[in-house]
Amino acid sequence: MSRQHKQIHLAAHFPGVNNTTVWTDPRSRSQIDFDSFEHLARTAERGLFDFFFLAEGLRLREHNGRIHDLDVVGRPESITVLNALAAVTERLGLAATVNATFNEPYELARRLASLDHLSGGRAAWNVVTSSDAFTGENFRRGGFLDRADRYTRAAEFVATARELWDSWTPDGTPRPFAHTGRHFTIDGEFGVPRSPQGHPVVIQAGDSDEGREFAASAADIIFTRHGSLEAGRTFYADVKRRLARYGRAPEELKIMPGVTLVLGDTAADAQEKAAEIRLQQVSPQTALLTLEQIWGVDLSGYDPDGPLPDIDPDPDSQLTQGRVRHGDPLAVAAKWRALSEEKGLSIRQTVIEANGRQSFIGTPEAVAAQMAEFVATDAADGFILVPHLTPGGLDDFVGRVVPLLQERGVFRTAYTGTTLRDHLGLPYPGERG
Amino acid sequence: MAVPTGTLHLAAAIDGDGRYQAPYYVELARLAEEGTLDFITLDDTFGPPGPGRGRLDALAVLARVAPATGRIGLVPTVTTTHTEPFHVSSAVATLDWVSRGRAGWRVEVSATEAEARLVGRRPAAPAGELWAEAGEVADVVARLWDSWEDDAEIRDTATGRFIDRDKLHYVDFEGAHFSVRGPAIVPRPPQGHPVVAVAATDPVTWQTAARHADVVYLRATSPEEAGRIRDELKRRAVAHGREPGSLTVLAALAVDLADGEGAPGTAPAVNAPVTPADTPGGPPLYRGGPAGLAELITGWHTADAVDGFHITPVAPRHDLERFVNGTVAPLQHRGLFRTCYPGATLRDHLGLSRPASRYALEREAAR
Ligand SMILES: Cc1cc2nc3c(=O)[nH]c(=O)nc-3n(C[C@H](O)[C@H](O)[C@H](O)COP(=O)(O)O)c2cc1C
Repeated sequence: MSRQHKQIHLAAHFPGVNNTTVWTDPRSRSQIDFDSFEHLARTAERGLFDFFFLAEGLRLREHNGRIHDLDVVGRPESITVLNALAAVTERLGLAATVNATFNEPYELARRLASLDHLSGGRAAWNVVTSSDAFTGENFRRGGFLDRADRYTRAAEFVATARELWDSWTPDGTPRPFAHTGRHFTIDGEFGVPRSPQGHPVVIQAGDSDEGREFAASAADIIFTRHGSLEAGRTFYADVKRRLARYGRAPEELKIMPGVTLVLGDTAADAQEKAAEIRLQQVSPQTALLTLEQIWGVDLSGYDPDGPLPDIDPDPDSQLTQGRVRHGDPLAVAAKWRALSEEKGLSIRQTVIEANGRQSFIGTPEAVAAQMAEFVATDAADGFILVPHLTPGGLDDFVGRVVPLLQERGVFRTAYTGTTLRDHLGLPYPGERG
Repeated sequence: MAVPTGTLHLAAAIDGDGRYQAPYYVELARLAEEGTLDFITLDDTFGPPGPGRGRLDALAVLARVAPATGRIGLVPTVTTTHTEPFHVSSAVATLDWVSRGRAGWRVEVSATEAEARLVGRRPAAPAGELWAEAGEVADVVARLWDSWEDDAEIRDTATGRFIDRDKLHYVDFEGAHFSVRGPAIVPRPPQGHPVVAVAATDPVTWQTAARHADVVYLRATSPEEAGRIRDELKRRAVAHGREPGSLTVLAALAVDLADGEGAPGTAPAVNAPVTPADTPGGPPLYRGGPAGLAELITGWHTADAVDGFHITPVAPRHDLERFVNGTVAPLQHRGLFRTCYPGATLRDHLGLSRPASRYALEREAAR
């Protein structure tokens, strides 16, 4: 196979709880039934994707003291779904998002090693760190971690898991382990022998300086939201620069933004579809609610087709619970107001314009060309595709775009290995002596 | 021969310490399914199963087995001492989703200091305390399964609402050891409540078993002893306000079919009563031929001592195959055991009804 082009990595994101999924579309089916998982996983494997990805949420979001009811919600538990998917796929990597705050290293290391064994080396773990007291109400320990401690716990968690994964000798004998640290003091014998990948692949999702540093020190993949060309290049350069500090080469950390796509037979057709999807994603009710999430106050008296409120947001609001807040609400509100005034947009139009989550819109040729450009110019190493329809949302991409990427020589034409590490070209960790 | 009163239930352990690959488990599960057994179990402990040995997470293994099988119930051991009840609830509910209603869960505790040190969260505690906590876990897990009413997902385009939030409920569980707010993240599983099993082989488990279990395995070497324990468990279940029929009582039996009479399929007459040997720690052991085992099962069932058997094959591949071909087949010939599955879910196999969500009932009652 030609290796002169940098190769694109692809992953399929199965929608869990989000406002990207267009559940009102008649083609939209269950996001819970196993059939749906199977459909998307088989599609991804037919498209020779690197992996299948599941996000996590541990408490239903609330808004204004009530459970949020507008978005797709409810999801099965990731590692269990992935073990079942291992039965109906052969090569596809299987990535679970699991929080480092509400789990313990021994138990999670064991569950991940089990997935790696049962799938023949296809397991990955997306380490997330949210730790608010709201989510903590579902757990024994409660929401006890300060923001500052989230990544120190996550880093120690991953390091401890790796000690456990390394604790069996290559000939299959467990060696006792003992870990003494700030967050964990544990010892004993790990219950699972070394798994096919040695260490399941580690993914990090999070954007702060601490998050990037943690990723540079410990992750194999970053799942990022920086899905535009410019933002992608800046993020890419920043994160790859950090690797040297940990004695790692740039290829050892893959950067994969989450992206959406809309395909059409012509450019105009794609644009038209994209506009339609945005309207479905942002109903009048969703528009107001999105605004309330930023403003932090009840805006139910406002008309979604009218202008933005002229009152200021409450930055300390607890109106919305369970949603990760990105950025300072005052700044976001100012930006949105400027956007609305400049273009004369209503509330709903502003939300659509500002939150427009569509990354690639166009004909299959155009989308293939854009993706190739992203990767060739170091805005990304690949993409986590977030379809807006479940479970058929990647059928077209696999049928129409993947062959074009293959023609360009930027995407594999067959799996060349059996494990996720093989697909990603990642080194196998050595055993500790 | 007296006519046994109820349906005979059969289940088998497919334990395999030192087995780390899926095909081994899939093969055993399919074998058990050929025998139309109610369910298979896979044991687990939080720590290693013994010095120098390993085993995989049992729920993970049975999730991997689920799409490779069609009807057989899947009952992993899941421990309650060092795990998060919220996660336990989600994982078991998810096993039910991926198996389309075939999940169960054997509740077990972690009593040793060695297990406690693997987590470092708290020291070992006495078994009585751990079983009380296991009961709290079973309780909150069931509440979480109920916390989404069956039809909570409405997809109402007119109002833009995906769910009816009035059909989602906080469980607000406050126990002696933990609290959970809820509701669940996983919608109500296909069976409503996946089946809860307890190995009630030690009296320390009886209270929790009688209160929360759908299936128990007891430890007895004679039908008389089994009948006494069964009556005691049912009496306690009734004291908790449950129907006596809501508890399926199986006798635990290790089986070693390595020697003994004939090849599978042949069934020489065995007239002498067959008695399993008492073994310290483990379940009583039957050693002999598969036809003799069919006699034993028939005898206990006819005496109405138990509702069935949970067998642990000593050598899983060999003994399970002989069990299916040499023990189950004659039981089917005699009309004592079914020849096909009566329904699709594990509750169907066990003849257990699908429970309504307690919150739905409360909401109805309040109307
Ligand atoms: C692309 C992306 C995906 C994420 N997915 C999840 C998720 O599935 N579950 C979760 O609890 N947190 C998720 N997070 C939140 C992060 O784990 C983290 O808590 C959050 O970004 C705050 O960390 P930061 O300050 O480093 O950004 C995600 C974050 C990003 C950027």
